[in-house]
Amino acid sequence: MSTNVARVLVCLEEVGAEYEVVPVDMTTGEHKSPAHDARNPFGQVPVFQDGDLILYESRAISKYILRKGGSDLLRESNLAESAMVDVWLKVESGHFSSTMSPIIFQCLVVPFLGGETDTKIVQENLEKLKTALGVYEARLSRFKYLAGDFVSLADISHFPAAYYLLGGSHTSVLDAYPHVKAWLAEVMDRPSVKKVVELMKLPSA
Amino acid sequence: MAPMKVYGWAVSPWMARALVCLEEAGVEYEIVPMSRCGGDHRRPEHLARNPFGEIPVLEDGDLTLYQSRAIARYVLRKYKPELVKEGDLEGSAMVDVWMEVEAHNIEATLWPIIRHCIIGQYVGRDRDQAVIDENLEKLRRLLPVYEARLSVCKYLAGDDITAADLCHFGFMRYFMATEYAGVVDAFPHVKAWWDALLARPSVQKVMAGMPPDFGYASGNIP
Repeated sequence: MSTNVARVLVCLEEVGAEYEVVPVDMTTGEHKSPAHDARNPFGQVPVFQDGDLILYESRAISKYILRKGGSDLLRESNLAESAMVDVWLKVESGHFSSTMSPIIFQCLVVPFLGGETDTKIVQENLEKLKTALGVYEARLSRFKYLAGDFVSLADISHFPAAYYLLGGSHTSVLDAYPHVKAWLAEVMDRPSVKKVVELMKLPSA
Repeated sequence: MAPMKVYGWAVSPWMARALVCLEEAGVEYEIVPMSRCGGDHRRPEHLARNPFGEIPVLEDGDLTLYQSRAIARYVLRKYKPELVKEGDLEGSAMVDVWMEVEAHNIEATLWPIIRHCIIGQYVGRDRDQAVIDENLEKLRRLLPVYEARLSVCKYLAGDDITAADLCHFGFMRYFMATEYAGVVDAFPHVKAWWDALLARPSVQKVMAGMPPDFGYASGNIP
């Protein structure tokens, strides 16, 4: 399952919304079809539809779902807190998921497609990941969660890439960062996350 | 109330993103200039503000923020919430969508072109035309989507300017100073949108601190 789709599903689970997943088969190029293009001109998944409203970009969709569902995971009633959520959402996107993405691609997708993992790319990105994790460790030694002492979308948004990190061959990278490890374990223990993990394990995912 | 402080170098397109939003917000702020070539962003006093060693950083009283888009959102939410369509469920979603589109597509595509066409010559880096061409190709596939969007509404998130439009300014400013500006000019609605952004006093004010060569030719190396 795409990490971006998983992000959206977790938010739907968090607010207890009723939803339906419509599969788009990227292996057959369905994401490039005219029908999908009409939904998302960038040809990506997920695409989210709520009545007449069509949205793409998983973090934008996530925010919409959480706002509509009345969730406090964005902390929007507090300017300073919501700003910290935004800071760490950008860090997640720019420093965590962006380094995990090529690792996941090389270690999982490339072999699945019959190719050979480029270990140089994996190593380069693992080094970048470790640099970022050092900052996370310092942050999580001071605060319970990333944006402060409250859980937020910033924490949960890490779950999809973290799922693959925890299930892959580079999990030991986390051993040097005990606060990060404990924080991730807590994120992965959320009922919404566990539900989506079950969906990610399905062969159709 | 002490003015907000923004740390960084004004020629940075990331810094420009924060500055244009501060200008739009109409608040008092102070730029604390830093030297990139002097490595100010890697010094302990800056790492204490931003452990990732990046700029811009915003200080508003006790609050220290980094990541230019997070800064942009905070400043606008605080002073001009209509620019993030606060309280409008669907409107704010559209602002978020186009801020994400910019984050994932525009910076990644324009920055390599800008580095090779403008900066390279001053830092002893050979121009890599293959990198330029690869990113121009991506840009040519992106612009029709922008053109289609801007044909149905005046700005990206609707008929009013929002953070989504403003966030494009910094990178667009330098790209349009390269020899490839014509790639954008070929899309009339995108060109009109860019011209409308350029006409804004906030944009003009920030642009005054952004010479097209980043200051290299005049010796004001960032």
